[in-house]
Order: sequence, then structure tokens, then C-alpha cells
Amino acid sequence: MAFEKYDFTPLSQSIHQGLIENVSPLLTTIIEWTIIGVLYLLFIALFGLLLVYAERKVCAAFQQRLGPMRVGPWGLLQTIADFVKLLMKELITPNRVDKFLYNLAPFIVIIVPFLTISVIPFAPGLQALDFDIGIFFVTAVSSVGVIGVLLAGWASNNKYSLIGGMRSGAQIVSYELSVGLSLITMVVLAGTMQVSEIVELQRGGWFLFKGHIPAIIAFVVFVVAGTAETNRGPFDLAEAESELTAGFHTEYSGIKFAFFFLAEYINLFIVSAMATIVFLGGWMPFHFGGFEAFNTIMDFIPGLIWFFMKVFGVIFLIMWFKWTFPRLRIDQILTLEWKYLLPINLFNILLMATIVLLGWHW
Amino acid sequence: MTNEQLIEQLSKAYPAAATKQGGQYPEITMPREMLHSFMQNLKSEPNLAFDYLVCESGVDYPEYLQVVYHLESTTHRHFLVVKSNTENRETAVLDTVCDIWPTAEFHEREIYDLLGITFNHHHDMRRFFLDNTWGHPLRKDFKDDIHVVER
Amino acid sequence: MADIIEKFVTTDEIKTDEYLVNMGPQHPSTHGVLRLLLKLEGEIVHNVDPHIGYIHSGIEKMTEALSYPQVIHLTDRMDYLSAHMNNEAVCLCIENALQVEVPERVKYIRTIFDELQRLASHQLWWCASGMDLGALTAFFYGLRDREDILDIFEETCGARLTLSYSVPGGVMFDIHPNFQTKVKAFIKKFRKILPEYDKLLTDNIIFQNRTKGVGILSKEDAIAFGVTGPTGRASGFSCDVRKHNPYSAYPYIKFDEKIGTDGDCFMRWKLRMDEMWESLNIIEQLIDNIPEGDHAVKMKGVIKLPEGEFYQRVETARGEFGVYIVSDGKKNPYRVKFRSPGFSNLFTINHIAKGWKIADLVAIMATFDLVIPDIDR
Repeated sequence: MAFEKYDFTPLSQSIHQGLIENVSPLLTTIIEWTIIGVLYLLFIALFGLLLVYAERKVCAAFQQRLGPMRVGPWGLLQTIADFVKLLMKELITPNRVDKFLYNLAPFIVIIVPFLTISVIPFAPGLQALDFDIGIFFVTAVSSVGVIGVLLAGWASNNKYSLIGGMRSGAQIVSYELSVGLSLITMVVLAGTMQVSEIVELQRGGWFLFKGHIPAIIAFVVFVVAGTAETNRGPFDLAEAESELTAGFHTEYSGIKFAFFFLAEYINLFIVSAMATIVFLGGWMPFHFGGFEAFNTIMDFIPGLIWFFMKVFGVIFLIMWFKWTFPRLRIDQILTLEWKYLLPINLFNILLMATIVLLGWHW
Repeated sequence: MTNEQLIEQLSKAYPAAATKQGGQYPEITMPREMLHSFMQNLKSEPNLAFDYLVCESGVDYPEYLQVVYHLESTTHRHFLVVKSNTENRETAVLDTVCDIWPTAEFHEREIYDLLGITFNHHHDMRRFFLDNTWGHPLRKDFKDDIHVVER
Repeated sequence: MADIIEKFVTTDEIKTDEYLVNMGPQHPSTHGVLRLLLKLEGEIVHNVDPHIGYIHSGIEKMTEALSYPQVIHLTDRMDYLSAHMNNEAVCLCIENALQVEVPERVKYIRTIFDELQRLASHQLWWCASGMDLGALTAFFYGLRDREDILDIFEETCGARLTLSYSVPGGVMFDIHPNFQTKVKAFIKKFRKILPEYDKLLTDNIIFQNRTKGVGILSKEDAIAFGVTGPTGRASGFSCDVRKHNPYSAYPYIKFDEKIGTDGDCFMRWKLRMDEMWESLNIIEQLIDNIPEGDHAVKMKGVIKLPEGEFYQRVETARGEFGVYIVSDGKKNPYRVKFRSPGFSNLFTINHIAKGWKIADLVAIMATFDLVIPDIDR
């Protein structure tokens, strides 16, 4: 297949070989970790900035205005300017906060997406950790983020923050169920939890088409639950400006606020990336199972580009939700999850299992 | 009911009150002792049925303070203006009508705040716009030594 | 209710599982400087105590030192979204007191301006309420369409918001030659845009879940609390001053008074959208038939009202606005009292928000359409 020339495996293999031959194995491992860590940090920082800029431009397009235009050409340097400003702000710690927890919360919230990104395959061969329980790892690690939110709400010593933190915590914990169950539906179809295997299995067609009805239901549920997980869109009651100021991160300023802010956008990326990998084929080009000529043409675009195109598509969809719909109330959010999405998910898993057993999929 | 019939009926029932017509709306001035029972009657009697208190204002006259009630009936669509005077400017006390029309509770708080008329049996006689360091600004003899310079 | 208020006043009796939260005075969704002292238990609202007076300017006291035409300029600033209707109320009061008959042309112009002002006010209400409920894009759509009306105002009288266009005896300037074409073009454009507003919010399932059945105001309560305007009509209280006590050109036109039955937030919302349609119909009936004539009657230089009391009511976008002038024959009024619709509307919130959540309180405040300078005067 033509896309094998875009495979990153030879590159990483050659780096590994080069290091093993010259230095001891221990130092090789440490150097490799450092390289991966730095690359991921750069990626998170740059991607976070890019997403914030994209959100502002997309929001402006929906509201029939232009968005940031002055700082840099087409406003490209706007987010950088904002982050420099946040870095230079004074870190105001309110009077009677629980100092340790108050300082710990933003770090928990930023480390979790960093861990989750490590299992995402950006291109063939470009994946840091390839467990055989990759999907499980993602759902497990992303659950740790809720601790950061609850700590932020509690440790701020502020009634508004506490209300916001509790609301947010309840919401995230509930919607993790839906996210996990819809991912499990696709694991039933794939037969494996290993992320790179799942992408390989979509070589003949994306799971969204292979799994037809249950896959489409699972996709819709996943996108809705994913928006709720990241406290975005119509589920952003926890940080609704028009109600109780800024929710759980009211009392944070400067770089700590930047952590919360950045974490929200990286979580958005993670949700979209998981949607892409499990439903839309990851870095697989758009193949139709039997049309060899079409497939070969599609293969000319590298896997990396395919991956990011799909991720941006899902991100745009999620941003579209936020700027169109009014907000749901907290009891309506929880009702949606426990009374509607959960039964739909359970039924969907049964449906998918039946289809797999009877072989009614492509 | 037309204005004339209204005034006729009310002046027959309450000879102590002073009525006036010929203006825009019929007016009746009640002595303050009979005010509450009169208002109760206005609301409960079926062919009067004044259930909508449009506006309650306070006016400052040289000898006394006056409260003016504009009342309307949503069923019969007739309008009446009721007035009641306080004893004098120093003891300005009247009966409240907020148990008859709940909206009066807030109009009366405003009148207390700006004019200084207290209302008996009011649920919550607090000041509204201003705090206790102010006098009663809407009175004609209000002097504000701090903020206003008189030449 | 009385015992809860007593507990407020003596604060040492507040139960420990309830807590007090201040919403305001600086708050994005209280539409002005309003402080609501909420007594909450978790998310449920137990008591709402509005504290007003943050923008109290003493307008009623000021009028006692001004001449009658100067009073009109003060009325703009009270309910600034219905500025022309406030102006008209004072002008009508003065004209009725002096028994002055204004030309037909003036009546038509005033009514068209009233209805345009009502449309502009409802548009701002729609966009601000949409933003309160979370649909942030609605804010920009409403403001974009409101610009057309404000441009029409500016061409004729020079001001966009605080018009001061009516004077005793008529209007300040004659309408601009472009007025009729611009208004007709605007009506045509807006008839296509209103269904978009419905599609964006009123037909949205999330929105309907937030507003249906929330904050119900019964008809008896509406009458007892003196709630007028679309808020009162949504509860079934037929209170439209344009129908019951018509003034200016309202006797000449046909329009419906929309009355709702449920009295919940959704009904109040729907009623204001329907009122926008009605306003378009009213303007269409009037815009082509403006009679020729003067734009004002010549009045004396110094206006002195005869001794006596005069009360005039108009229908603003928020409800019934009343002007009560007590005159002692001099050139300044003796006492002017403004009956503002927001004043009566605001204090029903305690009655209807009990037992609902904070998010519902925001929805209720949004559909009540309060403008705080109107309440504080």
C-alpha cells in the first residue's frame, strides 16, 4: 500500500538502534522518554494554543463577525499574547484556602490529558504506548481528572466554587459511564482493546460504516457524552458565566487558570481523537472495500494528515454545539445520562453483540 | 358602572368621605380611620370589584401628607382615585392595604423611604432605595447639607 | 411569607443548612444593577429578596425643579428601551390637561415610533435572554437586526436610544423623507428573520425543557401583584392599555391582544415573539396612510398646567406605564409620580421562584424582561 512510505516505524527504529549502539540501555530508555516527553509537551502547548484560536474564529463565524484580527496576520498571535499575559499575572491566593489542595488541583487537571495522549496513534508507528488494553487505559486515566475539579471547587473556600465543583464533578462522573460503554460497543465489534489493532482493522472501511446501526448510535452517544465530559457546549453549567461567575476555577488566576483552560481544550482534543480512532478509522484513509483504484488515490495523502483532518472535523462539530444551543440545567443533564443515554448504551451493546455473532456486518 | 353611578353609590355608603367628580376620574377622600375597611369593601363587593391597584403615590402638602391610590376593576373596567390624608407632617401614619393588594407592600415601602409615611401592620417596613443615614428626600422641606449647596 | 421575612431581619435565626448567596449587583444576567439576596438550600431557592436603589437618581424629585418640556428628557432615561413611550406618556398627560388637540399626523407618527420602539425593545430582550440561557450566538443576531431600527430613529430625530422625540403639542421634527421607504424595507426584511429566531430558540428542545412549566404565575396573582405587559398577559390577565384605553392612533387600527393561559416562562417568551409579529402588522397598517399636516401645534413658550391632578397610562414594552402629575398652576410640576411596570413585576419573583433551582431563577428573570433604571427611577 502506498501509505507505507508514510510509516514512522523505520524512523523510530533507527533512532532506537542508534542510541542502543552508543550508550547503555538504561540511558537509552531515559533519553527516549525525555524525547517523547518534550515532544508531547510541545504538542500539547501548540495544539492548545491552536484550538483556542480555532474556537474564537469558529465562534466568530457563527456570530457573523471576524474574531481576532489584529494581533499578527489574521490574529494568529492572539493566543500567544493571551498566554504571555496569563503568565505575567499575579498569582492571587485567597485568604483561607487549603494551600496544598489549592495548588495541587491544576496540576492534576493538566497531567491527566498528558497521560491519555500517550496512547493515541497519530500515524502508523507514531504512538508512544501500545498496550493491549489501550482503550481501557484511556477511560481509566481520564477518570482521574474529576479529582482535580473537585479539589479546585472545595479548596477555594468560596460558595460559588463549591457549587460549581460539585455540579461539575457529578456531571463528569455520570458521563464517563456513557463514554466507556460506547467505546465498549466498538470493542465488541473490533474484538480487541489494543488501539493500533483497532485502527488496522479499519483498513477495509471505517467502523462507522462497518458497524452500521449500532455504530452510528454509539457515535452519537459518544459525541454527546464526550461534550458533557469536557464541560463544554450545552453542558457547561459548571462554568456558566451568566449564573455563578466562573464555577470551580473562579479563584484561580494567572498560570493556574491557564492550566484549567488548556486542560479543557486538550480534553476536547482527546475526545475527538478517541472518536476518530474508534469510529472514523484513526489515520486510515477513506477506503471502500473493493474499489482498488479509489483506495490507491486515497492513499497518497499521508496518514498523519488524515488523522488531523478527521479530528478537526469532530472538533468543529463539538464547537458547533456550543455556539448554537442553550444550556441544560443540572438536573436535566443528569436525567439525560441516567434515564436516556445509559439504557440506550446497554441496548446498543446487546445489539452490537448480536450483530457480531451473526456476522451481519461488513 | 359609569363614574356618576360610582360616586353616587360610594357617597351614599360613606357620607363622611369627600367626593369629587368632573375631572379625569372620580375621586374620593377617606378619613384615615375608615380607610382599611373601605378598601376591603372596594375589593370584595361584587359590583365594585376593584382588584387591580394600579399605582399608590405619596404627595407632600404644606399641612399634611397624602397617599393617593389609583384603583381599577378588571371585570367592570371602572377606575377610581382614593385619597387619604395623614394627621400632620410630624405624625404621618396610615393603615396598610398590603393584605388586600400584595403589590401595595412595595409601593408603601417606597413611600416610607421617600416621604416618611409609616404604615400600620405592614409586613416588612424597611427602606428601599436609601439607607438610614438619609432623611426623606421627597419632602419639600428636605435639606441635604452634605451633598447640596444652597445659595 | 411573613415569618421568613422576619427571619431575614433577625439573622441569628437562619437555619444551618440554608445559606445566603448574593446575586448581584454586578451580575451578567440581572440586566442592570439589581441585588438579589438568595436563601438557598443546595440548589433550591427558598427566598429571593431584591435590594434595589443602586441606580436611584431621584428623578421624581428632580422634576419638581424642571419645566414640563424638560421633564420629558428625564423620562427617556428611566426605561431606556421604551424611551419613546415614556415621552409620549408625559406629552399626552400635558396635552390632555391643557385640552390641546394634536394633528392627526402627529398621532400616526407617534404610534409608528411606539411600535418600532417596541420591536427594538423586544429584540434586545430576545438576544439578552438567549445569552442568559446559554445560546450565546443569539445575542449577536438580535443586535444585528436592531441596528436597522436604530438607524431609522437616528435619521429622523438624531438619537438612537434616548429619543426625546415627542414634545407637548407634537413631535420635535417632521419625519425624514426616507422614513417610509426605510420602514417598509425593514418590515419586509424582518418578516423573514423572525421565523429564524423561532427556529433557533423557541422550537429548540433544550430551550423548551428549560422554560416549560417553570415559574408559573397564576392570573389571580398577576392581578393582585399588578403585573402588566406580556408578563401579565401570559397569565391570562387582559391588561393591554392600547386596547382598553386607546390613545394616539390606536383607535384607528385593528390588532389582536394576545393572551396566554399557562403563565410559565415559555408562555411569556412566546407572547413576546407574538407581540413582535403584531407590531409589524400595526406598522404596516399605518405606514402608508400618514396624513399630511403639521408636525406640531404651536404651544406657549412657558407651559403651565391648570391646578389639579392628571393621570395618563401608556403601554410600554414592559407593561403599563403611568404618569401622575399634581399641578398647582406654576410652571414646575408640584409632584410627578411615575408608575413603572418593572416595579410591580420585580416583586413577584419571590412569590414564583420558591422551590425552583438557581438556573430556573435565571430563566424567570430573563422572561420577566426587567430594566432596572425603570424600577429605581
